[in-house]
Amino acid sequence: MARPITYYLRADKMPHIWCEGCGHGIVMGAVLRAIDSLDLDKNNVCVVSGIGCASRAPGYLDFDTLHTTHGRALAFATGIKMMKPNLDVIVLAGDGDLAAIGGNHLIHAARRNINVTTICFNNSIYGMTSGQYSPMTPTGKMATTAPYGNIEEPFDLCDLVFAAGASFVGRGTAYHAGPLSRLIAKAIATDGFAFVEAVSQCPTYFGRRNKMRNALVMLDWQKEHAVTKKAASRLSPEEMADKFIIGEIGTRIRPEYTKRYEAIIEAATKETDDNV
Amino acid sequence: MQKSGNAGPAVNGNSGPVIINDTWCKGCDICVSFCPKNVLERPEGGKAQVAREEDCTRCGICEIMCPDLAIQVVPAGDRKKERSGTRGGSVDGK
Repeated sequence: MARPITYYLRADKMPHIWCEGCGHGIVMGAVLRAIDSLDLDKNNVCVVSGIGCASRAPGYLDFDTLHTTHGRALAFATGIKMMKPNLDVIVLAGDGDLAAIGGNHLIHAARRNINVTTICFNNSIYGMTSGQYSPMTPTGKMATTAPYGNIEEPFDLCDLVFAAGASFVGRGTAYHAGPLSRLIAKAIATDGFAFVEAVSQCPTYFGRRNKMRNALVMLDWQKEHAVTKKAASRLSPEEMADKFIIGEIGTRIRPEYTKRYEAIIEAATKETDDNV
Repeated sequence: MQKSGNAGPAVNGNSGPVIINDTWCKGCDICVSFCPKNVLERPEGGKAQVAREEDCTRCGICEIMCPDLAIQVVPAGDRKKERSGTRGGSVDGK
């Protein structure tokens, strides 16, 4: 890393609010190392978030930042990118924020393929409000609102976002922080909507209710359950049942939204000029 | 933009390869557990400390795994050597 991580932090806002062992700090560090590896000008980076534990992240980051309403980070980010297409716009949000209340914004940002990078801090729970289940809580897991176990199936967010039209989709974990950082760098460098699901741990509300007593046990769970695409191809569907794929999930080249918009402005301006 | 963002972490009484900011550290034990050379220790109820500085290879795992962003591994003088010493979670984006 060319610069110490503190270069990107608002040191006066630290230490952060996250609990002891929370994976969000690891994921935030991975985002900063990705930004550093791309050598982005920090005055040209805009980080946007919604509401939730993960959405506290921009408060600690020394970029232009926006802490918005629940689920609407992508709506605000879309506005910023449309107005200032040259900015590197990054959305940091939790699984509840992105997959539940902000689900519509997520699929439509992917459909438009707007050049915004979205990092989903997936801790499988609503941590800030004391552990209600989210659309990413695995079936059978405990939550304050699922005291006998969650009866719902979680989303495969990566498949959802890729099906909706994103240019880049990938998944990483806090345990694999190095590869996660490289994956995020690829996402930021993508011209189009890029989505990274970062599997994080919430020892306080998810771990304790699900027989994982601390962050170390939860990181171990990530290590045991994350498999690369290559490793997954050698496993049977039964063996894959409780596992998930990490790394690049899908990439495609599609026209980017703000570029299309620019072309429309040009065409419309030309038409008006011709008529004068 | 705030100027305070450039401030480095408070040095925990040492200037060796690993610097731990003990006002940011919450004592989760991740660094102690992940260090492949057993360089770090944490007293019961306390913060992480550098116990065996001479064993440190500057691999950087403690730094990238620290959820509190409280650890800084000071790069060695030789940039090439420093890179070859980086394992698993390389932080240079390569």
